[in-house]
Amino acid sequence: MISFKKIKTVVTPLDKVNVDTDQIVPKQFLKLVQKSGFGKFLFYNWRYDDQEQTKSDFILNNPRYKNSKILVAGDNFGCGSSREHAVWALQDYGFSVIIAPSFADIFYSNCFKNGILPIILHEKTVEKLQKESGDVEVDLENQMIATSSEKISFDIDSHKKKILLEGLDDIAQTLLYEKKISEFEKQSKIPSVL
Amino acid sequence: MGKTLFEKIWDAHIVVEKENSPSLIYIDRHLVHEVTSPQAFDGLRMNNRSVRRPDLTIATMDHNVPTNNRTLPILDQTSAVQIQTLEKNCKDFGIQLFDINSPNQGIVHVIGPQLGITLPGSTIVCGDSHTSTHGAFGALAFGIGTSEVEHVLASQTLWLEKPKPFEIIVAGKRKNPHAVTAKDIILSIIKNIGTSGGNGTVIEYRGEGICDLSMEQRMTICNMSIEAGARAGLIAPDEKTFEYLRGRKYTPKNYESLVEYWKDNLKTDSDAKFEKKYTLHIDNIAPQVSWGTNPGMTCDVTESIPSPEDFSNGDQNQKKGAEQALEYMALKPGTPIIEIKIDRVFIGSCTNARLEDLIEASKVVKGRKLSPHVRAMVVPGSQMVKKQAEELGLDKIFTNANFEWRESGCSMCLGMNPDILSPGERCASTSNRNFEGRQGTGGRTHLVSPVMAAAAAIEGHFVDVREMDLN
Repeated sequence: MISFKKIKTVVTPLDKVNVDTDQIVPKQFLKLVQKSGFGKFLFYNWRYDDQEQTKSDFILNNPRYKNSKILVAGDNFGCGSSREHAVWALQDYGFSVIIAPSFADIFYSNCFKNGILPIILHEKTVEKLQKESGDVEVDLENQMIATSSEKISFDIDSHKKKILLEGLDDIAQTLLYEKKISEFEKQSKIPSVL
Repeated sequence: MGKTLFEKIWDAHIVVEKENSPSLIYIDRHLVHEVTSPQAFDGLRMNNRSVRRPDLTIATMDHNVPTNNRTLPILDQTSAVQIQTLEKNCKDFGIQLFDINSPNQGIVHVIGPQLGITLPGSTIVCGDSHTSTHGAFGALAFGIGTSEVEHVLASQTLWLEKPKPFEIIVAGKRKNPHAVTAKDIILSIIKNIGTSGGNGTVIEYRGEGICDLSMEQRMTICNMSIEAGARAGLIAPDEKTFEYLRGRKYTPKNYESLVEYWKDNLKTDSDAKFEKKYTLHIDNIAPQVSWGTNPGMTCDVTESIPSPEDFSNGDQNQKKGAEQALEYMALKPGTPIIEIKIDRVFIGSCTNARLEDLIEASKVVKGRKLSPHVRAMVVPGSQMVKKQAEELGLDKIFTNANFEWRESGCSMCLGMNPDILSPGERCASTSNRNFEGRQGTGGRTHLVSPVMAAAAAIEGHFVDVREMDLN
């Protein structure tokens, strides 16, 4: 598992609400059977035109944001399909922090499995961050975002914070509860399918 | 204090509970398909792990299977590889697979209930957001990402934060239940509460308007819970639920004793508390048509395209979203919905491709012909639905009217197979998402019920199906 601690880059402002996972990775790229290499498909229909030429008016195609690792987006980011390919694409492209006023539930959960830190901030704060031109530092340990002019604290569930900081293998942790799982199965009323 | 149905199912599945932390929840049924599973099986291999409960795991291929002649090879090589990968993974890990030639193949959320795999009071997951469909049976069912698919394969559990219970009451009776359908009820709900109105919640649908629905109609309601942002949607089981599952292929042997237990235990207590409430009165609702690029951008068929100003209620972000949507959809505010011409019709998907959907749509189509400038496809939800429909002669009704009658799969709901819209084409679709490019790059989707889609196919533009004579 990938861990996350601290980064400092410019922010990429994506000034859209309800960005669904179909936009993050269109369906024609879901046929691959591995996890790597999805970055080139990120926001494909917004980045490229019909002739597969880059669209200069889309924010990711602005050279200023080339090395940005922080995406700042609108409300309800990642809604729709459960495809984790959306998170793999963001991660492979280079983003490791996504800031928005709210996230869709499945997308939010998928982020933590791939070393991406999703941060929920008030809409007004998000709007202000989208206008920030200098470098922004995101520090998970101290739950703090620092811009050139201010410091903004953020909330995160302590369990999820630990997973990201330590890059823990979720499954290995769960399998430590093997005895409890077996005990549960003995008393379960729902029978096997077959 | 009493508990909601959701809380009862949740509590009955806690394996480990810690304060202020997610709980470890046991999963009773895991449905697997070809698109969101290959990386999960790879993860198991890399860590030398096995599937803990193959007997609780069922797989099928639905997302990218072609819906034309099944005896022909799959031309798209990447699709073919994904399908072969699922076959190999199921063989290697001992999982029951309903492959492309199986009589049980179909959209995973259509076959689960049809085969009696879906059970009341159970927890069901799948790497697909429309897993919420199974909530119609009083199951706690939700979509998960691929990492969680791997986690369930390895441990049959998931770490989950407890969602909040949300009560939606559907009150009253529809005046014309053949023209105003379950799809119109759920689109009305999403239009009113918004696409993030259900975030962080599990919706329980209640009230007379829900009790009156058949099981297949209830599945349409629960299916689109995710379009309101909810983790899951569910409906308390009743006699209709128990009767639907009786005698199916995988219905448990001790079914009747389970039914007795469910009758006593699977309902919300009268003094239970919901965190959120919403009531929809359905006595006068009209058929719904989406006009934008998310399911919340929907209006009555009798209305006109709203202006972004009116739609947004003063919210600048929503206004901008509506402007972008109208630009993508090539629609102008003030245009009556019934003047919108269509090029394509898709009757299919896990929302609306069950037998009743096809029967209702066929009543509109019978004795009529497809509008000459429209191409229309009917894609049954499963091989079983297809067979039952053919026994009733529905295939002939559709093909006599020049509709295409296809093999089962997800098809043009998400266009991972060759069934896609061309850029600029406008489609009346019974599916669940009208996102940009969802049905094909540059394609324009309008979400409607099966009868509204059938009526639009005949007339070549949207019409109020309440005004048509139904056979």
